[in-house]
Amino acid sequence: MTDTLPSVENSHTVENLLTVENLVVEFPGRRRRAPFRALKGVSLDIAPGETLGLVGESGSGKTTLGRAILGLAPVTSGSITFEGRPLVGLGRAQRRAAGRDVQAVFQDPYTSLNPAMSIEDILTEPLTVQGVAGRDARARVRELLDAVGLPADAGARRPNEFSGGQRQRVAIARALALRPRLIVCDEPVSALDLSTQARVLDLFIDIQRRTGVAYLFVSHDLMVVRHISHRIAVLYRGEIVELGSGEQVTDAPEHPYTQRLLAASPVSDPHEQRLRREQRWAQAARAS
Amino acid sequence: MSAAPLTTAPLTTAVLRASETGADRSLTRRLLRNPLGLTAIVLLGLIVLLSVLAPWIAPHDPNHVDLAVAFDPPSATHWLGADSAGRDVLSRLLTGGRLTLLGAAIGLTVAVVVGLVSGLVAGYYGGWFDTLSDLSTSLVMALPNMMILLAIRVVVGPSLWITMAVFGLLISPSIYRLVRSGVRQVRGELYVDAARVSGLSDARIIARHVLFVVRAPIIIQAAIIGGIAIAIQSGLEFLGLGDQTVPTWGVMLSEGFGNLYIAPLLILWPGLAIALTIGSLVLFGNALRDALEDKPAAPRLRGGVARQSTATATATATADDDVALSVRGLTVGYPTTSDALKTVIESVTFDVRRGEILGLVGESGSGKTQTAWSVLGLLPRGAVVESGAIVHDGVDLLADAGRTQRGLLGRRIAYVPQEPMSNLDPYFTVGHQLVAPMRKHLGLGRAEARDRATQLLAHVGIPDPVRTMKAYPHEISGGMAQRVLIAGAVSCDPDLIVADEPTTALDVTVQAEILDLLRSLQAERGLSMVLVTHNFGVVADLCDSVVVLRGGQVVEQGPAAALLSAPQHPYTRDLLAATLDGTAPRSVSDAAYAELEAAR
Repeated sequence: MTDTLPSVENSHTVENLLTVENLVVEFPGRRRRAPFRALKGVSLDIAPGETLGLVGESGSGKTTLGRAILGLAPVTSGSITFEGRPLVGLGRAQRRAAGRDVQAVFQDPYTSLNPAMSIEDILTEPLTVQGVAGRDARARVRELLDAVGLPADAGARRPNEFSGGQRQRVAIARALALRPRLIVCDEPVSALDLSTQARVLDLFIDIQRRTGVAYLFVSHDLMVVRHISHRIAVLYRGEIVELGSGEQVTDAPEHPYTQRLLAASPVSDPHEQRLRREQRWAQAARAS
Repeated sequence: MSAAPLTTAPLTTAVLRASETGADRSLTRRLLRNPLGLTAIVLLGLIVLLSVLAPWIAPHDPNHVDLAVAFDPPSATHWLGADSAGRDVLSRLLTGGRLTLLGAAIGLTVAVVVGLVSGLVAGYYGGWFDTLSDLSTSLVMALPNMMILLAIRVVVGPSLWITMAVFGLLISPSIYRLVRSGVRQVRGELYVDAARVSGLSDARIIARHVLFVVRAPIIIQAAIIGGIAIAIQSGLEFLGLGDQTVPTWGVMLSEGFGNLYIAPLLILWPGLAIALTIGSLVLFGNALRDALEDKPAAPRLRGGVARQSTATATATATADDDVALSVRGLTVGYPTTSDALKTVIESVTFDVRRGEILGLVGESGSGKTQTAWSVLGLLPRGAVVESGAIVHDGVDLLADAGRTQRGLLGRRIAYVPQEPMSNLDPYFTVGHQLVAPMRKHLGLGRAEARDRATQLLAHVGIPDPVRTMKAYPHEISGGMAQRVLIAGAVSCDPDLIVADEPTTALDVTVQAEILDLLRSLQAERGLSMVLVTHNFGVVADLCDSVVVLRGGQVVEQGPAAALLSAPQHPYTRDLLAATLDGTAPRSVSDAAYAELEAAR
């Protein structure tokens, strides 16, 4: 079992599932202003079955990177390769075909599900693209609902009958429908309650162990990323400032920004939190 | 018949939004339950049915001339009488309805097809097509429509069909604008992104997700356009510009007007038909809009926040000098459709000592925000304080219907909200928003208040306070905005601050700075603070004591250090266990999992 699980040591020896090289994303400026450069030459790779955590604050470009991989953000330059095939510079139809194995779970479980559709319709939608319909599709829906821990009768109901955590399970089921090899998860637990968050995170890990799917896991929370990621990339103002194993980045960060991020994340133990606070003040004093 | 009715009122975005959530069956039911809607639907159905069946049910040939009965009043053979050439009025009315409605349908079809297709393409793809179509629709809307229709008549002669087709083209911008704005709104929704990632083609996304949202507004708009088409068509014909050989309602109207003194009834029938049709179309549109905007029946309100029993207040109010805020047995409910109140917080009791920071912790639905709102008197309309007391510095806040409470807000009790940006008015400068409350509460002069505000901004760590005073909220960052709001909260020297998730919307590095700021302000002013949060890290950082809430009830409370290190209640333990502090990194948990699998 151990050898099928990618660890940090061997993740670069296996062939990469996804390779991003020197990715630049610019959004056109309003009126005559210069375009806004959200990503300034980002490079990373993800091995099959691996979770790469992507951590950063608002405006760091972490969501943009995920959207660029999904084909939802414009790529100015650089390359994105999935299983050796380029994902950039394709026509709309070609891009759709090439990106079939890359799916997504978005942050907001309230707007990522069409409120007018039943859960079954939401889950069969990706299947219809593949020509799976009728009894096969319904069987797959039951399988998916079971995989994410929702009752079998959930299919007939609409999203507004579910809680945030349950909706996020539906969104995960939808992402799994096409048996993808990579799922881009954009802050999938940020909108959830503490206890729900832990359960949904463990569901992600459980699914990965069962199916061997890889995740690009975007979050602002260093501890969430530590819990799920084999490796972690830290994004700051459109650039990766640190990339290393989960332990290294969250236990002994090297870049000053990551150190600042870690010191600023509060912990629930008052004593340890006081130490963290003093450490943060010491850092700030050193910086100024 | 000026060009005025050609420009139809834009539909509100509420309609667009409402149609997204609509469950279809209940929509139809709501539409039919509206008496005006039902009447309009029945009338329209009847008119269309009679018009369609005209060739078979008309008692006479509508163009059969019989001068012997010219201007005859209603009789057994001619139910509605005969016109100037002795033609049967009823037959002409039925056939006329057929032609009039057909003409309107042509106009409507052209308008919907052109408007819908161009609106969908422009809204979904944007780009050059959007720019081009926006320009051309603006151009069309600027043209005097009646002039164009008259010019068309001169060029191609009096043709009902061509006139109506051109009319459809001229009015298509109203559909275009509606569709475009609706599409642009859904295009940004995450579920459309999700559909794209699922591999759905654009055509399929439009059909499944986008069209659905604009469907209802288009029906409403179409009903209105249909009415306008009939009015325009009849107007042109009334002026004698139509095709006089075709018996439409407009032609009949024109003829009846010519013989007004000989047979006044002749103008009544087509007039009535036109009025009824247009009226029903407009009523149908209105009823549909009402049905879309109609939310499930709002529960009956009992008129503001009121405490039902006041007996508990004085009995339990503590006279302890050391207590800044005392909440005793607070129970708050909301009215439901049945007569019972739905209780959202129940018997919540806690004290905030002077100079103490108390954390109210819980998950969504725990009642932590409801409790904070009760202290602030910000409970939404309809909420009822069923029992309990809130005593601030020995004063019962819930006495005299909250008047005392309102008097203390801003001066003695201040508020720091969750969303800093939405709590600053975008139309006023930061300075204005800080100065106004100080002038009101502290009676300061303008210059004095400005000086004090600038000092406060410097004090809360804003690097360039003079410039920030002149800045509008959109010109500062979220962290700066929260500093501004904190400056505002302490500006009138309160002794109690209620902060509702003050750092939840902020980045962690900014959160740490804001927590530092709150800590130093508390220490220097000896403030008492109620801090609502879901984050145990924030509690550990800032709070002296904690109240853990679940489902509106206090689960556990006590000093922060003790409660966090040795929680007593299983729920608190579960919650603390769910935090990811010190969680094992993935390599460790994977190794443990592999060992477990191997053992199996």
